[in-house]
Amino acid sequence: MKYDIRKLRLLSNAEIADGIFDMRLALSGDEPPVQCGQFAHVYVPGKSLRRPISVCDARGGVLRLVYQIKGEGTRIMSEMLPGCLVDVLLPLGNGFSVGRGKKYALIGGGIGVPPMLYTAAQCDSPLVITGFRNKELVILQDDFADAGAEVVLATDDGSAGQKGFVTDVLRARIAEVDEVCACGPTPMLRAIAQVCAEFGKPCQISLEERMACGIGACLVCAVKVRKNGEEIMQHVCRNGPVFNAEEVVFHG
Amino acid sequence: MADLSVKVAGVSFANPLIAASGTFGFGREYGEFYPLSKLGGISCKGITLQRRDGNPPPRIAETPSGILNAVGLQNPGVDVFINDDLPWLKQQNTVVIANIAGNTVEDYCAMAEKLSETDVDMIELNISCPNVKSGGVQFGTSCESVGQITREVRAHCKKPLIVKLSPNVTDIASIAQAAEANGADAVSLINTLTGMRIDINTRRPIIRNNTGGLSGAAVFPVAVRMVWQVSNAVKIPVIGMGGISSWEDAVEMMIAGATALQIGTVLFSDPYAPIKIAEGVSRFLDDNGIASVTELTGTVKPW
Repeated sequence: MKYDIRKLRLLSNAEIADGIFDMRLALSGDEPPVQCGQFAHVYVPGKSLRRPISVCDARGGVLRLVYQIKGEGTRIMSEMLPGCLVDVLLPLGNGFSVGRGKKYALIGGGIGVPPMLYTAAQCDSPLVITGFRNKELVILQDDFADAGAEVVLATDDGSAGQKGFVTDVLRARIAEVDEVCACGPTPMLRAIAQVCAEFGKPCQISLEERMACGIGACLVCAVKVRKNGEEIMQHVCRNGPVFNAEEVVFHG
Repeated sequence: MADLSVKVAGVSFANPLIAASGTFGFGREYGEFYPLSKLGGISCKGITLQRRDGNPPPRIAETPSGILNAVGLQNPGVDVFINDDLPWLKQQNTVVIANIAGNTVEDYCAMAEKLSETDVDMIELNISCPNVKSGGVQFGTSCESVGQITREVRAHCKKPLIVKLSPNVTDIASIAQAAEANGADAVSLINTLTGMRIDINTRRPIIRNNTGGLSGAAVFPVAVRMVWQVSNAVKIPVIGMGGISSWEDAVEMMIAGATALQIGTVLFSDPYAPIKIAEGVSRFLDDNGIASVTELTGTVKPW
């Protein structure tokens, strides 16, 4: 069987920035290997839907899920105490395809930053560009440095790092980059996809959509993609969350 | 060990737990969790005559003890189902129910004809989908239209025919009688209740379709009431569904009048729910010295 429910021991669940938590779970070792950009589907007691959270890290036998309180489900997650067992479906989805020997720009915006950490750990000296609204929301800067990345910090209001958007940094540095991976709000991903198209750089983006089953059965987390000239519906959980940016038909 | 097998319209199920249409695709994904033979049956994702891409996202919103969805019948079309999915499904040693939806009565008849030439076990007539612009629930809300579509599909259908009923009606029992009188072999109920959620900051409905279908534990008491009313009004078997989340719910729904059950929304929090429910029902029967699950059906003692 490809899928199973895992009950993982909660090691810590600390608030690392305003409303952002770093959940660390002990992997049992018998899970399939976790790829960067994949997600865990977390059971929240009392809720009808699991919460899909991108894997922030899975090195050293510890699964890190860095998440933001967005509603009741993530609030309940933030109240889970060390020692308890957390019910997760893991690993789900298709992650980033990265390898050694290329120069990657890994770009995260806001709560889209965490999955770039495990991704950075799979690359040689990547350029990591992180963007946040303000200094209160900045996370994981030291972790990226420890993973061997050059990390650039940008904030919308200039309260930390340089003032501006991640795309400003990308444009300035794109000549040295072979490929781009990104995760964050849709307008940011759309802008990054445009820059990459302009400069002819391959670009992978991790998308988010309201999700239910997490495995491609219920078809709720739809995303429109263009394949062989035809627009078709695919699903974030099963076909993604990482897609080739050139194929994504942005909506709204 | 109690006997969990049930029979609906001449079709034998190993147990009364059937995966509900729309929550289980064509089975392949959940087949990566457990052998599908552990289920009594699968009601497949609703299929239409031609491929449909469905509604734009978001297609789902969480609600207190439930969800709203508006997928809009995304599916690859009946021919792809018959050629690519049905042969695989038929190897899984479980009852396969094709759920069909259409824009016109002719669509339904054409699909019933095509499926009658396959080895699908049963056909479920979906005249209760609230999330498509034409067809779907428009056929399911009056006795006349339910009677007419059941009669016409019946004439083109060689398989046992289940009519899936909408709860968005004033008198579901008379609708069920209209289905029965026009040739339905069974009825299944309830489909989802139409609902809506709004983001108070953007003032936009959370679901792109504005409205969606409510399912999950929140609708269970409504479903029990309707299954009870319908089972008192018809002689054909009733397949009960709507928010069943535990083995206790399953027992309750059968006592209300259901011969078999469909399980849907609970799968999203616990993919193993149908198996756990079947095990719980089995224990309940053993603990109470009941030899067969069929002995539960319709045994409610109303005041």
